[in-house]
Order: sequence, then C-alpha cells, then structure tokens
Amino acid sequence: MAETMIEVKDLTKFYGDHLAVDNISFEVKKGEVVGFLGPNGSGKTTTMRILTGYIPPSTGSASIAGFDTMTGSLDARRHIGYLPETVPLYMDMTVEDYLRFLGTIRGMRKDHLKRRIDTAIERVKLGDYRKSFISKLSKGYRQRTGLAQAILHEPDVLILDEPTVGIDPIQVVETRALIKELGKEQTLLLSTHILPEVAATCDRVIIINEGIIVAEDTPENLAVRLRGTEQVQADIRGPNAEVIKAIREIPGVTSARHIEIATGSRYNIESSAGNDIREAIAAMVVNNSWGLLQLSIVPMSLEEIFLELTGGEEHGGA
Amino acid sequence: MKNVSAVSVPKVSWSGTTAFLGSTWRNTAAIFWKEFKTYFTSPMAYIIAGVFLAITGYLFVQSISTTFPEASIRGWLEPSTTVFVLWSPALTMRLLAEEQKLGTLELLMTSPIRDYEIVLGKFFAVLAILLATLSLTMFYTLMLFWFGDPDIGPVVSGYLGVILFGASTLAVGMLASSLTSNQVVAAVVSFGFLLLMVLTDQAADITTGLSAQILEGFSLSGHFDDFSRGIIDSNNIVYYFSVIATFLFLTIRNIESRRWR
Repeated sequence: MAETMIEVKDLTKFYGDHLAVDNISFEVKKGEVVGFLGPNGSGKTTTMRILTGYIPPSTGSASIAGFDTMTGSLDARRHIGYLPETVPLYMDMTVEDYLRFLGTIRGMRKDHLKRRIDTAIERVKLGDYRKSFISKLSKGYRQRTGLAQAILHEPDVLILDEPTVGIDPIQVVETRALIKELGKEQTLLLSTHILPEVAATCDRVIIINEGIIVAEDTPENLAVRLRGTEQVQADIRGPNAEVIKAIREIPGVTSARHIEIATGSRYNIESSAGNDIREAIAAMVVNNSWGLLQLSIVPMSLEEIFLELTGGEEHGGA
Repeated sequence: MKNVSAVSVPKVSWSGTTAFLGSTWRNTAAIFWKEFKTYFTSPMAYIIAGVFLAITGYLFVQSISTTFPEASIRGWLEPSTTVFVLWSPALTMRLLAEEQKLGTLELLMTSPIRDYEIVLGKFFAVLAILLATLSLTMFYTLMLFWFGDPDIGPVVSGYLGVILFGASTLAVGMLASSLTSNQVVAAVVSFGFLLLMVLTDQAADITTGLSAQILEGFSLSGHFDDFSRGIIDSNNIVYYFSVIATFLFLTIRNIESRRWR
C-alpha cells in the first residue's frame, strides 16, 4: 500500500461568515495524480492554500507527507512544490536569478541547485529565455517559469492551481504533457475548471462545488456515471415541421427542439443514455434529401455535471 | 467557528540549534541579497541616494557658509534627520506591498522559510542602502578635516545617531508596507506616522510637566539631540533599538497573522 502524501480531514474554512470549504476529507496516495475539479469559487484555491500552509483551516486538519500544515508547517512546506493561480513572479529578475533565489530559500546547495536549475529549465522548455527578464516574457512563458519554480527542488508533492489558465492552446497541450510526465514520479494535485483536462491528465478526480465534494472517482467511471443523456446538435436544411417530426421518429430520441440561427435551422436533440443517434440522423436527412450542415455531440458543461451529480434542479441562467 | 490551533514547541538540541542558526542565516541572507540587488536593477537606488546627497550637500554648504563657520557636522546632520521622514518611506514602500501585489508573498510564505527571516532580510537590505548612502556623505566630513579641525567625538556620535535614527524610520516604513498591497498607501502611511513621531518633539515644547516628558520620550528627534552634541547616552540607544525592535516585531506579526486569521 502506497503511503498517504496528502491527507485532508474534516476540513472547514470560513472567511468571516462565508463558508468556503465545508467539511471535506480526502487522501492522495504517493504517485497519484489527482484532479481537483470545480467551477470558480468552489473552494479549490482555498483548499490548496490550506494544504500549502498559507492560510489556516477553521476546523479540521490537513497534512503533507505526514506533517500537519499548521503544527509542522515548515516540515510540510519542505515537501511541497506549489504553483498558485496567479503565477508569483518577480518581474525585475531573470528566469535564472528567480530560480536561484527560490532554490536558496529552499535550502538547496549551490552545485546541486545549479544542476536542478538546468533540469527545470529544460523540462519546461525555457532554454532560450533563461537569461531574460521575467517582465519581458509572454504569458505562456511566465506560466512555465512558475512551473519550473514548483518542480525545482524535486518536491514529493506538487500542488498546481489552474496550471493551464490563460495560455494558448499549443502551450496547454505541452503543459498537460509535462504534467502527465511529472505525475509518473511525483504525487500531484492539480485544480482546474476544465473537464477534458482532468480526463487527459489525472488518475482520479475530486469534484468540488460550493465547498462540498460532490464526487470522487476515476475519470472513466465518472464519464459512465454522467452518461445519463446525450445531447446532439444538428444544423439541417429542410422544412422545419417535417424535420422535427422525422427526428422524433428516430428510436431513442427523447426530445427535439428547433431554434433559428443566423445560418439556418438548428435542432437540439436529446436521446437516452448510451444511444449515439448521429448516424441515424444522418441517414434520415439523406433519405429525405435535405441538407446536413453540421452534426455534433454537445459536451456536458461543468454546470450540467454538477446538476447531474447533485441531482439538483436547474435554476435558470447560463 | 474559528479555533486557535496549537502552537508547536520547537525541540531544542545542540545539533538542532546549529542547524537552525545555519538555515536562519542562509535564508535571511538570501532575502537580503535578492532585495539589495533589486534596488540596483532599477534606477531607484541611484535616485534615492542622489536625492539624499543633494539635500544634505545643500545643508552642508549652508552650514559652513556663515560668517564664523563651525567645523562640525552638526549643521547638516540635524536638519537631515527631517529628510528621513520623506526619504525612508520612498525606500521602504515597495518592500512588502509589492510582494503582496505580485502574489510572491504567497510563494515566500509557502516556502520553507520563517516569517521573521523574510522581514529581517528585507530590513537589513534597506539598512544597507542607508549605510551606503551615508558613507557617501563622509565626503563632507573629509572636507571639514581638510580645511578645518573638527572634534572627532561629535562626528562619530553624530553618525551613530543618524544611523539609529534612519534605521528607526526604516522599521516604521516596513510596518506600513506590510499593511497594504498599494505602495503609495504604504508611503503615505509611513510618512504620516514618521511626521507624527518627529512633531511630538515640538508638541513637547509647548507643554510642560509630565505631558512634556512623555511626548519627548516618544519623539524620534528628541533622542537625536544628544548624539549631535557628541553625547552617547545609553538611554537614547535603548530608545532607538526599542523603536526598531517594536516595529519589526509588529511587521512580523502582521505578516504572520495570515496564518491564523
């Protein structure tokens, strides 16, 4: 049995009267990559700040590598590499100086630090910019500098708060690949509000909403649990009434709605679980000699997932 | 629903103590160098030193341009303490305010480094800037020795006093900088506070008895007079050290308070 690297027990955090985290408990074993998924303001950052010893819990406890984040804060912090949501950078330092400074306050010896700076810069692909001032770097490269800082001292536990926010799609792909690679060696907790991100990188997902853990499972199992209904979007050229009628006749379709969009007619179609009705729709359109302009599965939004998981009612709005 | 969590009691052992001192020294030094270098990556240090030299230079020339000039540094030293009221806030305003704004304070506080190491490292860095600037004013003193025959005593005590006075104003500035993420607010707060601490001396002049004594006891400038006259009174030294210690302590507590708020 692998040892527990992150342990959160009955953790609650109030900001004044506002309840940010409500009695959550979870564990992360050594070598696991766990995704912390939730919309903005769900308590992800708060939990991570408690784990890193930046703020205290109101009640309950958190520990890293067996050290309590309050009573053994300094020891707990020695085991952590942390990338906060807003990447903390000294704008008037070069990438190299920045890493050297942070390595020094983490107690790294000079020659060891020098080797680690090389490794970290190489891993995040910052080679060409190691002597550049951070203020001159683009958003993506700043993010990489933040990541380099987090992995610099080979921490046992990596905590990354929204590591792919605000960077361009190519860099997102690269960052995810790096996270996956890091996850092979380290225990990793990363937060995100993007569903495909956890599917792409994590062994396990903890879904948190309004301070409460609503689900905890592997991405695969969650996907199965969530497949209550399928939604398909189709843009079809043809007489509206007849198209709607034909769609409803397709086996498995539970509802179909027509909306007028700028480029023609769009149909939002729902079907029962496990039924991919796209082929049937395509065949139906062809048989009627109408025009099929677009046909796609509508991915479930995070909000819908929460409704699904919490069994809540839709309270309007987007 | 807030609880105060248990405070850890450090285990004391001799090998542990040496390791503790070693890491404290290394961490404080790391913060010190980072801070010190930062002043020189921007024109900040040069502007700040330049302004100080320009003002004290003017005061020096004025003090020796009288009909019967006195070969002492008192003439420029005394008014130059007033300069610190504006000068120190300019130097200290970014120290902790900027870290809060950039979010780097979160990084420091989640690194294995103690809060007082952050504060002390930064304090020593601005103190070093102060000492470097003051060392340039030695030029005036050398000129006095070249053209006149000043007493060495008041020169030494005067410099000691001005260093203590300056260090106290820096400690006040640090506290102000820890209170806000806005540098301008930090500067204004420390300026206001320092002005108050200097003006209590004048307030003491218009009152009598106990109230005058108390006001004088708190006054930053009231404790400076002896130094410029060539008197090193332990009373005054203790006063300045208390001011420095108090304000640094409050700064550390304020930074720490994030951990238990």
